[in-house]
Amino acid sequence: MCLGIPGEIVQIIPDRPDLAKVDVSGVRRAINIGLLDGEHLAPGDWILIHVGFALSKIDEEEAKAALAFLEGIGQAYADEMAALRDSTIEKG
Amino acid sequence: MRFVDEYRDAQKAQALAAKIASLCEPGRHYKFMEVCGGHTHTIYKHGLEDYLPETITLVHGPGCPVCVIPMGRVDDAIHIAEQPGVIMTSFGDMMRVPGGHGSFFDSMAQGADIRMVYSPLDALKVARQNPDSQVVFMAIGFETTAPSTAMTVLRAKAEEIENFSIFCNHVTIIPAIKAILDSPDLRLDGFIGPGHVSTVIGCRPYEFIARDYGKPLVTAGFEPLDVLQSIYMILLQLVEGRSEVENQYSRVVPYDGNRRALTAINEVMELRPYFEWRGLGFISHSALRVRERYAAFDAERIFEVPGGRVADPKACQCGEVLKGVLKPWECKVFGTACTPETPIGTCMVSSEGACAAYYNYGRFARERVKEATTR
Ligand code: SF4
Repeated sequence: MCLGIPGEIVQIIPDRPDLAKVDVSGVRRAINIGLLDGEHLAPGDWILIHVGFALSKIDEEEAKAALAFLEGIGQAYADEMAALRDSTIEKG
Repeated sequence: MRFVDEYRDAQKAQALAAKIASLCEPGRHYKFMEVCGGHTHTIYKHGLEDYLPETITLVHGPGCPVCVIPMGRVDDAIHIAEQPGVIMTSFGDMMRVPGGHGSFFDSMAQGADIRMVYSPLDALKVARQNPDSQVVFMAIGFETTAPSTAMTVLRAKAEEIENFSIFCNHVTIIPAIKAILDSPDLRLDGFIGPGHVSTVIGCRPYEFIARDYGKPLVTAGFEPLDVLQSIYMILLQLVEGRSEVENQYSRVVPYDGNRRALTAINEVMELRPYFEWRGLGFISHSALRVRERYAAFDAERIFEVPGGRVADPKACQCGEVLKGVLKPWECKVFGTACTPETPIGTCMVSSEGACAAYYNYGRFARERVKEATTR
């Protein structure tokens, strides 16, 4: 729950500027980007996601480092990804 | 993982370790607290303590939100979950946390409808799909998750969803750090500041630690090298006679935090006069509750909760572990009566809890560090 998971924005969802389709380790989900609305996010940008919300914009290198950390963490990351996979926050 | 296995990182770590050792004053003992459970995890996972001189002790702090929820609140949540027509939703981390009469999992086995969700937005979705049930979200966490809960309440209001509420257990990190600083049991020399909480609150709220208590604080990233680097930065401050807030994790943490997130929290929630923390007792202004104007989304107002206080089990020494007074393995029931499968205390439940981290990794990390350093 406290883990920040990096994801890459694939698409800002039309009509819902607070939602983006995000690729998180190969899983594509709608993520709420309302907390970063001053950042002018666009496809290709990387974000750090907590419980369905993007909390910070990061660069690709940081995203890779964060992923390496998460993969090393084992079960907790597996649980978080399983939860994310089951999540369908909103259409998108 | 990579760190000890990959030669290059092990080399970098040793170079940092040598720099750290060279800064230590002979004969002086240092105690640094890592506030955040994520750092505890990194430290045990990679056996970082074994890279440090023996005169440096890392003390684990209270920064595991699951670990600090008192038993009474778990009982209250279960009480709500067992009301007719209620669907309780919760992060997976919370499911095993024992209250006075069992956990969410136990209550589920007895027929309560409790569902694991990844995000509060998933809980809101459950509410949309079940208009005839009252859907309650067990909201826990520090400032990392509080904005998400707040945004979800705002969304529920905008959509006029009437069967959704939150049982608010959000806690704030600063009062907990202050309580530890004021506690007579512990003399600390510096802090490894939390990473992700700081993306929201920024670094300014820590300035009093440097200014009023004269202790360095370095906000740190989660990789092993980040943690070592931040220890080096703390020591350098001590050697140079400084006490400042520094940001080792500036690649993610803006010094001013995330304004939008703070505004969302402040719109929906306000500070409680006081809140009980497991192990730390009552701390004033240390937790959040739903503001009056969002009362319709406040499970505490909708349901009558018993609000009882339950003393922690006698065998449990989580309080000492959370304050950093005891190391996990010094608890009498560690690894025997208390394991991740049958937790007695919360520190064993969450993967970010110090006991679980040590149970899962700590015992093996030492061996691996030895291998890496003799390679
Ligand atoms: S071993 Fe169990 S009871 Fe002891 S401090 Fe850790 S979590 Fe608490």
